[in-house]
Amino acid sequence: MSGVQSGNGAAAAESPFLRLLASGWIFVLLLGLVAIFAGLRPVQFASVYNLQQLAINAAIFLVLAVGQTYVIAAAGIDLSCGAVLVFSSVVSAQVMLALAGASGTTFGTTDAGWPVILIGTLVAIASGALWGVFNGALIAWAKIPALIVTLGSMGMALGFAQIASGGIDVRAMPEKLVDAVGAGAISGIPTLVVIAAVTAVLFGVILHLTGFGLHVFAVGSNAEAARRSGINIRRNLIAVYAISGALSGLAAVMANARFSTTTINGHTLDNMTAISAVVLGGTSLFGGAGSVFGTVIGVFIPIVLLNGFVILGIPPFWQTVAMGAVLILAVWIDQLKRRLRKSR
Amino acid sequence: MTEPLLIARGIRRSFGHVQALRGAHFRVMPAEIVALIGDNGAGKSTLVKILSGADRPDEGEVTLAGQRVRFGSPQEAQEAGIATVYQDLALAPDLPPAENLFLGREIKQPGLLGRLGFLDRKAMRAQAKEQFATLGVHLKSDRVAIDTLSGGQRQSVAIARAAMWAKKIVILDEPTAALGVVQTQRVLDLARRVRDHGISVVLISHNMPQVLEVADRIQVLRLGETVADLRASEASVDDLVRAMTSGRTEEAA
Ligand SMILES: Nc1ncnc2c1ncn2[C@@H]1O[C@H](COP(=O)(O)OP(=O)(O)OP(=O)(O)O)[C@@H](O)[C@H]1O
Ligand SMILES: [Mg+2]
Repeated sequence: MSGVQSGNGAAAAESPFLRLLASGWIFVLLLGLVAIFAGLRPVQFASVYNLQQLAINAAIFLVLAVGQTYVIAAAGIDLSCGAVLVFSSVVSAQVMLALAGASGTTFGTTDAGWPVILIGTLVAIASGALWGVFNGALIAWAKIPALIVTLGSMGMALGFAQIASGGIDVRAMPEKLVDAVGAGAISGIPTLVVIAAVTAVLFGVILHLTGFGLHVFAVGSNAEAARRSGINIRRNLIAVYAISGALSGLAAVMANARFSTTTINGHTLDNMTAISAVVLGGTSLFGGAGSVFGTVIGVFIPIVLLNGFVILGIPPFWQTVAMGAVLILAVWIDQLKRRLRKSR
Repeated sequence: MTEPLLIARGIRRSFGHVQALRGAHFRVMPAEIVALIGDNGAGKSTLVKILSGADRPDEGEVTLAGQRVRFGSPQEAQEAGIATVYQDLALAPDLPPAENLFLGREIKQPGLLGRLGFLDRKAMRAQAKEQFATLGVHLKSDRVAIDTLSGGQRQSVAIARAAMWAKKIVILDEPTAALGVVQTQRVLDLARRVRDHGISVVLISHNMPQVLEVADRIQVLRLGETVADLRASEASVDDLVRAMTSGRTEEAA
C-alpha cells in the first residue's frame, strides 16, 4: 500500500513501526527482565516454585488492571482501586465473620461454609461496584475530573475501611476460602491464577468484541462524537467505573483468600501498579485505544521487577522507585506514539 | 414545479440580546446542492443547528416533505433524514473508518451472540467498503485509526457517514475550510456524488467561487435574515458579495 493519496506515504510506512512500538517494546522489556534475572540467578528465579509465585502475585494485580484498562480506554483514571479493594475486603471479611457466628474471633480461621463465602464474595463485588457507580456518577453527571473524584473516593474508601475495622486487620477468614482459593489449585494451576485468567479473558472479550466495548473506546476517543452518535455516554462511563469497582471487589476476595487476613495497609501503591500495567500494555492514557492483552503483559513488569529485586537481594524499596520511573517512561512513549501518528 | 423537500419559515432565534436569526427563510429542493452563505455572524450555523435538531427556534416552523417537524435532538432529525457534518467532524479519531461509520448503530451478530452485544465486524467492514466505493472515497486502509488519515479523507468519512444514515438532507458546515486545493476538490466531488444519489446537500461556505462552481442554488443570510435566493448559474461573485454586505441583489442605480 503506497500512500499515493495526498502524500500519506510517511504515515503508511510508519504504521508497522508504530504497531511494534505500541505493544512490542513492552514485550521486549519483559523478556529482557526475565532474561537478566534468569541469567543472574537461574536456580532461584527460573524455578517452578518461583514462576508459580510470580503468577500468583500477578493474579490480584491483573484483576485490578483489567478494570483499570476499561477506565483508561474511556479516557478516565481510577486512583481508588486499591482503596476500594481494602474497603471491600474489610466489609466482606466482617460479613463472613458475622455469618460464621464467630464475630469475637480476631485471628485464625473460621469454619464458615461455601454459602457464607459466596455471600462474602458477592458483598465484596457489590460494595466495589457501588464505589464504582459513585465514581462514575460524579464524573459523568457532576462533570468533576476523574482524577479528583477517584482521589477523593480513594481517601473515603480507605477511611471507611479503617473506621469499620478500627484500623485493625480482620484476621479470621473462612478456612475453606483460604485453602481452596488462596492456596488451592485447579488441575495444577493455582486457583487465584485461574480466577485472574478467566476474568481477563471474559473482560477482554467484552471490551474487544461487543458494542459496549466499542462504545467504551469511542467515549475515550471523542466523547462528543460518541454523544452525537446517540451513545449514552453517561451510562457508559458509569458502567466503566462500576466494572473497575466490581473487579476491585473481586481482587479483595482474592487478597483475603491469599493472605488469610485483610491487608489494610498493603495497597497504597496498587493504583500506581495497575495504572502502570495498563499504560505499559499499550492502552493510551488519552483514551480510545488499548487492549486487555497488553495489560496482561504489562502487569508482569512490576511483578518480575519486584521478584527479581528480592532474589538479587536489592532492597524491595527500589522496586517502587523503578516502577515510578517505568510509569513515566510508558506515558512518554504513549505520547511519542500519538505525536508520530499525527505528524503527516 | 417540484415541491421543496424542506421549508423553514420565519425562523427567529435570540441568545440574550443577540438576535442570531430574525425571521429567516430557507428551502431545500430534492436532490440539489444548495449553498448557504453570509458574513461571519450572519446566523448560518444557528440556522443549520435548528434544521438538524441541535437547537430549537424561538419562533417559526419547519416542514420536511410536507410534514411539520420539531426536532428535539440531532437523533430525531437524523431519523427524519437530516444529518449535519460539523467542522469538528464528530469522529472518534482512534477508531477505524468502519467503526466510525457505524458508531451508535453497530451491526450485531445474528442470534444469541448478537443479543449479548457481539459485533459483526465483518459485515460492518463490508458495508463500509461498499458505501465508500459508491461515493468514490478512497482510503488506503480500512483498519487504521481515523486520525492517521488526511484532513480531506477524514472529511470524506464524516460525509459518507452522514449520507449513510440521513436519506434526505446532508448539511455540511464549512467542509473545506481547512483543506488544500486537491482535497477541497475531492470533498466537492463527494458532495456532488451524494446529490447524484438523490440526497440533497446544504453547503455552508465562505468561498464564493467554490459556491458558484458546485451549488445549484444559493441562499444568502444577512444579519439573521434571508436576503437572496439565487440560481448559481445566473449569479456572479459580485452578486453574492453585494447580497451579503448590503442585502440587495440588484446593483444600486
Ligand atoms: N450559543 C450562542 N450563544 C450566544 N450567542 C450565539 C450563540 N450561537 C450563536 N451566537 C451568536 O449568533 C450570531 C450568529 O452566529 P452563527 O454562528 O450562526 O453565525 P455564522 O453565520 O455561522 O458565522 P460564521 O461564518 O462565523 O460561522 C453571532 O453573533 C453569534 O455570536
Ligand atoms: Mg458558522
